[in-house]
Amino acid sequence: MAEFANLVWIVAKIVALVVPLFIAVAYMTYAERRVIGWIQWRKGPNRVGIYGLLQPIADAGKLLMKEVVIPQNANRFLFLLAPLFSIIPALAAWAVLPLGDGLVVADIDAGLLYVLAMTSMGVYGVIVAGWASNSKYALLGAMRAGAQVVSYEIAMGFALVGVLMAAGSLNMSEIVHAQQGPFWEWFWLPLLPLFIVYWVSGVAETNRLPFDVAEGESEIVAGFHVEYSGMAFAIFFLAEYANMILIAGLATTMFLGGWYSPFHGIGYLGPIFDLVPGTIWFCLKAGFFLFGYFWFRGTFPRYRYDQIMRLGWKVLIPVTVVWLVVESVFILTGFGPWF
Amino acid sequence: MQAIRDLFNSFLLIELLQGLRLTGRHLFTRKYTIEYPEERAPQSPRFRGLHALRRYPNGEERCIACKLCEAVCPALAITIESEPSADGTRRTTRYDIDLFKCIYCGFCEESCPVDSIVETRIYEYHFERRGENIIHKQELLALGDQYEQQLAKDRAADAPYR
Repeated sequence: MAEFANLVWIVAKIVALVVPLFIAVAYMTYAERRVIGWIQWRKGPNRVGIYGLLQPIADAGKLLMKEVVIPQNANRFLFLLAPLFSIIPALAAWAVLPLGDGLVVADIDAGLLYVLAMTSMGVYGVIVAGWASNSKYALLGAMRAGAQVVSYEIAMGFALVGVLMAAGSLNMSEIVHAQQGPFWEWFWLPLLPLFIVYWVSGVAETNRLPFDVAEGESEIVAGFHVEYSGMAFAIFFLAEYANMILIAGLATTMFLGGWYSPFHGIGYLGPIFDLVPGTIWFCLKAGFFLFGYFWFRGTFPRYRYDQIMRLGWKVLIPVTVVWLVVESVFILTGFGPWF
Repeated sequence: MQAIRDLFNSFLLIELLQGLRLTGRHLFTRKYTIEYPEERAPQSPRFRGLHALRRYPNGEERCIACKLCEAVCPALAITIESEPSADGTRRTTRYDIDLFKCIYCGFCEESCPVDSIVETRIYEYHFERRGENIIHKQELLALGDQYEQQLAKDRAADAPYR
């Protein structure tokens, strides 16, 4: 009986995490269209409901009612499995992300490793989708996505090694605790190069602009998901946006002090800002990164495929390695308030 | 020296930040969207929309079946047949415009010696059945009668430049 109650409690926690996540994903699509519209001097969707706020619901309804077309020579089994391959890791990685002090589904000690494992798994969905579609464009997109994610995974891993060294723990909550203090005591300042590398490779990991060669609609139509329609396509879409929010959440946790307010521990200001729940600070910081995604999309042209590889291998990885050495020196000398 | 400067520029992401600043400013500029059914773009008196055939104030058709419009039409959208009418003047018995072929270049309007065939400001119309895309003489005359005031005003506004 106790076991059953425990199970119910876990499921309740998962539901409490996933439902707001899906709502956030839906409204991310809306926010993205609005922000990019504003950047391009347009107004963006504002017709469905007040300020167009019902637009994501209309889109979801449309996608639900559409037919899932399966190409003639596609591998039916893998074709339908691929969307699941991409959504499952995108949601599973959320389990270890602390949204507030103690607000975490699974407070495991190897949290960081788990996150790295899960975010790398996501690419299988893309590769399987590209292969199973039996289409040239899909295959090209899948190959590009595979190569890109493998290259950027290394830079991302190195950047997180820096966080691991600074925090001295793999547990996500411990990492946030290690950053306790006002905003200049968070890890983004001493680890600034790693922070930027992490953010760049995070954008690349999620196949977002300017690194969206896997989709590259002007070159290979839609890349790995050309052949997908209806709900199967919607799941890819969901996974992409869930991953975006995840990367934003991870960046917040690792570099921007998770749930701490920016003025934590400063004289009179600290306690006032601590009145705001930590989850709200977390969402605000993650929202800053999410806005960054849209802003980049509205600003930067797409990288050429070989340029992406060059950036990943010849720039980001050396930068992280150099900064890990610098960081070791910081740690040995007990530099600043961080170490 | 230049190489070092380039290196610093690329590692400090100077150009990327400049780009972001530019688009960041555009976020807050006035938006150019015209929300169509409620708001409309201003129209010139020279606007070239759906065609119409005009009449003189006494009700007489302007068209004298000279077929200049038919000859000038680059899309061959106009078909005219003519016969002498009861009072001995030459009149069209058929004046068809295929709106699928028409490219709305306004040459017919320009070539017309009597300002008969004109293009109105109407741009919202549709066809529901096959064949409706060919607009006949009676419909063209009806359009001309309906919008005569506007048409005369637009011609008058443009007259000094013709």
